[in-house]
Amino acid sequence: MQTEEQALIFELSRPGRTGYSLPEDELGETDVENLLPAQYLRTNEPELPEVSELQIMRHYTALSSRNHGVDSGFYPLGSCTMKYNPKIHEDIARMPGFAHVHPYQPEEQVQGVMKLMYDLQESLAEITGMDQVTLQPAAGAQGEWTGLMMIRSFHEANGDHHRNKVIVPDSAHGTNPASASVAGFEAVTVRTNERGLVDLEHLREVTGDDTAALMLTNPNTLGLFEDEIIEMSAIIHDAGGKLYYDGANSNAILGITRPGDMGFDVVHLNLHKTFTGPHGGGGPGSGPVGVTKELAPFLPKPILIKSETGYTWENNRPHSIGRVKPYYGNFGINVRAYAYIRTMGAEGLKKVSEYAVLNANYLMRRLQPYFELPYNRNCMHEFVLSGKRQKKLGVRTLDMAKRLLDFGYHPPTIYFPINVEECMMVEPTETESKETLDEFADAMIQIAQEAEKEPEIVQEAPHTTVIKRLDETLAARKPVLKYKKCVDSENKVKA
Amino acid sequence: MNFRYLPMTEEDKQEMLDYIGVNNTSELFSAIPEKIRFTGEMNLASPLSEPALIKEFQKLSSKNENIKMHPSFLGAGIYDHYIPSVVDHVIRRSEFYTAYTPYQPEISQGELQAIFEFQSMICELTGMEIANSSMYDGATALAEAALVAASYSKMKKTKIIVSEGVHPEALEVLKTYASGPDLTVQQIPLLNGQTDVEAVQDAMDDNTAGVIVQYPNFYGSLENLKEIEKAAHNYKSLFIVSSNPLALGVLTPPGEFGADIVIGDAQPFGIPSQMGGPHCGYFAASKKLMRKVPGRLVGQTVDEDGRRGFVLTIQAREQHIRRDKATSNICSNQALNALAASVAMSALGKKGLRQMALQNVKNTNYLREQVKNRGINIVNEQPVFNEFIIDVKQPVSSINKKLKEKGIIGGFDLSKVDSNRNGQMLVCVTELRSKEEMDYFVKELEGAVNAD
Ligand SMILES: Cc1ncc(COP(=O)(O)O)c(C=O)c1O
Repeated sequence: MQTEEQALIFELSRPGRTGYSLPEDELGETDVENLLPAQYLRTNEPELPEVSELQIMRHYTALSSRNHGVDSGFYPLGSCTMKYNPKIHEDIARMPGFAHVHPYQPEEQVQGVMKLMYDLQESLAEITGMDQVTLQPAAGAQGEWTGLMMIRSFHEANGDHHRNKVIVPDSAHGTNPASASVAGFEAVTVRTNERGLVDLEHLREVTGDDTAALMLTNPNTLGLFEDEIIEMSAIIHDAGGKLYYDGANSNAILGITRPGDMGFDVVHLNLHKTFTGPHGGGGPGSGPVGVTKELAPFLPKPILIKSETGYTWENNRPHSIGRVKPYYGNFGINVRAYAYIRTMGAEGLKKVSEYAVLNANYLMRRLQPYFELPYNRNCMHEFVLSGKRQKKLGVRTLDMAKRLLDFGYHPPTIYFPINVEECMMVEPTETESKETLDEFADAMIQIAQEAEKEPEIVQEAPHTTVIKRLDETLAARKPVLKYKKCVDSENKVKA
Repeated sequence: MNFRYLPMTEEDKQEMLDYIGVNNTSELFSAIPEKIRFTGEMNLASPLSEPALIKEFQKLSSKNENIKMHPSFLGAGIYDHYIPSVVDHVIRRSEFYTAYTPYQPEISQGELQAIFEFQSMICELTGMEIANSSMYDGATALAEAALVAASYSKMKKTKIIVSEGVHPEALEVLKTYASGPDLTVQQIPLLNGQTDVEAVQDAMDDNTAGVIVQYPNFYGSLENLKEIEKAAHNYKSLFIVSSNPLALGVLTPPGEFGADIVIGDAQPFGIPSQMGGPHCGYFAASKKLMRKVPGRLVGQTVDEDGRRGFVLTIQAREQHIRRDKATSNICSNQALNALAASVAMSALGKKGLRQMALQNVKNTNYLREQVKNRGINIVNEQPVFNEFIIDVKQPVSSINKKLKEKGIIGGFDLSKVDSNRNGQMLVCVTELRSKEEMDYFVKELEGAVNAD
């Protein structure tokens, strides 16, 4: 295990070293001053590294060895659906007819791309039970905001200018209330009841003629299906509001139930979760939005149309909320998602959800004797545990998460949802084998036992990683957000 | 049909069901009311084997012309540049691309350090003090910069002034974002290819939260940042500059002109066009905006043994902590694209980046000169980076059709974004266009313009 500090690429730099190979200059020497006026000419050179090609590869290979991905080991990060990312998708997305097309090429030159996008939209409409889909939003949060802007335009088109509130459960992901704010709404919180579901009484209380929408994740972030969804839908619709579906948890319901059939008016999906777009170390994602016919006029521009002569972009959309993203969305991620849908088909996708739910329930039952299980009934594709019992022994959920690192696992999502104390949210996904689940369960059980018998092991974890726990307070108090070259007394360049 | 991504065996399934204490998987879904169960089979194409999948997608891929097949003179926000081979080798390492946001720093130092290096490089290029870990793209970065400007002013300013030299799609995205918090967007026209500085001065008032220009602008020209900065700061507005970061290899960085926020897209660094996304928005700012910046920030710190390490920091700005009070709703970003950009910037380095930028300037000037010599009208004769406008005095689409017949992908038809620009083509030249390709373009362009 390399526990030395890893040099920054800037620290490897030596003047005169190169890692590039630019085309030969065919035009002969010219003075820059003749081409650009002095006031625009950069005088100080940007301090970028000067390194050789091998140094670059060694540097990033070293960095990659200090990073845990799904291919490195189990990654049960709740709400994030860290499933296997098929390798063939990486090859397909790099085919020249996908990787090297420019969005401003004339439509007749990119009909294959447009067909792919159209067929993906149709597939997603079928999967969600919605009438029309746009692929433009770059990620889930942008999908949320796009959907809410459409709801806002819908109400305004109806002369409903007073609907300025969006209801969000206290268990909702942070992007839900944040998206409501960015879309110009006030976020109103609705409580979770003792069953881990939206409290209908409270929902009735907070719903009124100022309600623009309810945003709901179903199954919710506790991994539980909102079984009163039909009643909730009636409460919101009777008050003239719209129902928004956060599709981050769609991995539980493919081919089993559809947001459209549950009564939702707007849906976003996270193609980087349910549909295997790799998470990329934080992105890129893709957050398509599906809507009912009623909301379709408000979809962002442009709309993809299929006609007898081929596919075209339609920009003449008087009710559209406008553009939400330049060009046509994160196409490269959409290609991967479509390849996944074509690989799985209806039969495979249904199995995905069946096994995702089976895996989650199995793991939950294996862990139940050792941890507090706040909602003791069948879960969907993920479940939450509470570290309350261990906390009494002086071991926090954070400690247990850090201890899991010693076993080579990425820990579950911790301290979210915020309405469960010392929360651990576990999402195993369908691509994990029973052996992996058993090994993980054994590790968790060992940690629970350590918490009782030798808590220091857990409290002081991790023990085997390249670095120990980091001082986050220092990072926030005295922010160092970029490399700065400085020279110490021995004249050695130091960070 | 077997599914290679699903390891479940019949035996496992039975053991797991027994352990849970249910008879079948349907029981696990009993919370879903009958009424909303989907009972049919989804109407999707049948599953494909891996070989069949490759065939299917090769077919779709081959239905598209691509810009590596033909010399392309299309830019307008997305550029065909040299991508060092190392870029793809790095981003294909699955420790990077199969990870998510580095929430657990002890096993995510690779990603965190790579982002820290990305932030540092963006600061160097833009001349700014801080940069975040990426945005969706240049246009949403621009829109979020406007939102930051509005929230920064304690006076609750609600007006954004934006130059029409900004990318037309970014302008549209800005308008959509601005309509959320009810900001007004006032556009400033161009005068001789540059933002009309007097019009900016006239538009300024105490309600102006931010002034946005693009440098070089969408139509290729450089902007008078010095004067616009004065106009913006006279009214205590934030001065926001959108920049092609490659151009900053030769151009004075906006930071030196006093910009408060610099945003743009790092697509020119190692990211293929791929129909417009995913690319990589960047967001750089002055230090005073540190607690207003959207998105993830990576900071340097130390571990328990004093070793240098990196963490996500100043998170009190973000949606997972502040919820509806967050400075932005962004969560997933474009981290892998930022990694690609970092690798490309590292490969190019200090010297290569400047050299590549200069080659763009030289090639563009050469082509402009050649086109002019053939008697074709040049619309902007001012200094440009890698784009300029020609007037072909007939529909650009028909010229482009003729060029395509000769194996050339022509420039951007400006009538698509401005009805006053019928017959105007935005021509882009990067370092990848050889002299032969440029000369061929000029010859065929002349032929196309003078035909019939
Ligand atoms: C439940 C839920 N909603 C919304 C989001 C936001 O999605 P994204 O990160 O793609 O913007 C996430 C994931 O981060 C999520 O888990």
